[in-house]
Amino acid sequence: MSVAMSGAELAEAIREIDSDAVTDHSDDAVWVTPSSWPDVAEKLRDLEALRFEMLTLLTTVDYVDHFEVVYHLVSLSRNRTGVVKIRCGEGRVSPSVPTAINVWRGADLQEREAYDLMGVNFDGHPNMKRLMLWEGFEGHPLRKDYLR
Amino acid sequence: MTLNSESVIVNVGPQHPSTHGVMRLRVAFDGELVTDAEMVIGYLHRGSEKLAEERTFTQVVTLTDRMDYVASMTNNQAYILAVEKLAGIEPTPRGVWLRMISAELQRIVSHLVAVGFLLQDLGAMGTPLMYTMREREDVLDLFELLCGARITNSYHRPSGVFQDAPDEFWPRLELFMANMPGRIDEYEQLISGNEIILSRMRGVGVIQPDMMINASITGPMLRAGGVDWDLRHRQPYEYYDRVQFDRPIMDESDNYSRYLVRVYEMRESLKILRQCIDQIEPGPARDADVPFVIRPPEGDAYVPIEGPKGELGFYLVSDGGISPYRCKVRPPSLINLTLLREMVIGLPMAAMIVTFGTVDINMGEVDR
Repeated sequence: MSVAMSGAELAEAIREIDSDAVTDHSDDAVWVTPSSWPDVAEKLRDLEALRFEMLTLLTTVDYVDHFEVVYHLVSLSRNRTGVVKIRCGEGRVSPSVPTAINVWRGADLQEREAYDLMGVNFDGHPNMKRLMLWEGFEGHPLRKDYLR
Repeated sequence: MTLNSESVIVNVGPQHPSTHGVMRLRVAFDGELVTDAEMVIGYLHRGSEKLAEERTFTQVVTLTDRMDYVASMTNNQAYILAVEKLAGIEPTPRGVWLRMISAELQRIVSHLVAVGFLLQDLGAMGTPLMYTMREREDVLDLFELLCGARITNSYHRPSGVFQDAPDEFWPRLELFMANMPGRIDEYEQLISGNEIILSRMRGVGVIQPDMMINASITGPMLRAGGVDWDLRHRQPYEYYDRVQFDRPIMDESDNYSRYLVRVYEMRESLKILRQCIDQIEPGPARDADVPFVIRPPEGDAYVPIEGPKGELGFYLVSDGGISPYRCKVRPPSLINLTLLREMVIGLPMAAMIVTFGTVDINMGEVDR
């Protein structure tokens, strides 16, 4: 049976990587700053105690006053799961987070989908273009202010 | 003498029988060999995630049917588990067993379709596909008995399933389970040892297991690469901790092992079905006190399940209202395509189509 790492455990582990990275945590998730993300992501994958080898799901949520990117991580060797969240785009202004593609290749299509449908930019992604919709499509349909 | 050849760009699809739906591959060929490939998708994009935000939690079940339309039951299951976690609903035991029975039948169907169309991709037009479709028909008849629908089932509900199985379902299920092992033997005799199959699939489309893990690839594809990762075993949901089954693991990570893993998994699903039938107990198929309109408390939930094609799950966010604030699918079909380019470069056209076939994708789920 796999064990979901609690937000507090994850927050403690991430504080050891970068003492300023964690902004908040809940029962099952931890919030980190966008600027710390490339370094934290790499350590989450590589540190012997964590070993999150797989980024299983990348989601974006529109909370009207800000956006949130949610990373569901899995460690196959430790059989553990963890949830990391990043707040971005305060006041709906140009939401962007650094790409995770250099750490987890699995972020490739998921980040493109998130950009396409939610309009969150992933800085440093080598091929940041629309995935489902066509080039020239206006707007990002999953945003709460998208007009039908 | 050396010949300087210019690479030719060919559009494979979107209307091509071997692209399993409406998918376009832009492929650069040097002679017969693939030098680059890019996939162009979105032809079947219906905005399911946006549509879900305007329906009640129970109504969204009908949208999940239309994602992976050859595996509706497992989509229903993944969605309902997330709703139950979000709303704190406890399912009834009989409901859970019925969900497991329908999900394992669905896994057999999905693998039958994968094998049948793979053989079609290999050039065996028609005959093997007709064999696998014959068995699929039996399962669809069973689904019709369960819920009246054959493809878009919408059978699962929060707290169980929407109605109990009728009496005539059980003898029909027994008949299917008596016939199925012999039919899998038939495929193995016809396909698994076939020399043409072996020469065209062995050692083709090989991909390293650590690359697959890094690229979030899951399901039969990962298990064909020697990684023992099956969520039914590693993170048991429903009553999977009460059934015993083996996990077929292959080491070759080529097209042939991806095919073989699916055939073996059909046998394991039959084993699970037998144990479900033995353990199912009388009782209500769902909790009548759970209302049709659910208002889960604020929060989010994600429950991954082992779908026929890989890890399948729904990430739901609730704002306390009657419909999901955000409904995000984890689509195994889309994510398993992450390494497609690496897999097909250097292969001839015909082998590219076969490699694409062994990934086993469903465009309804890729595009949603």
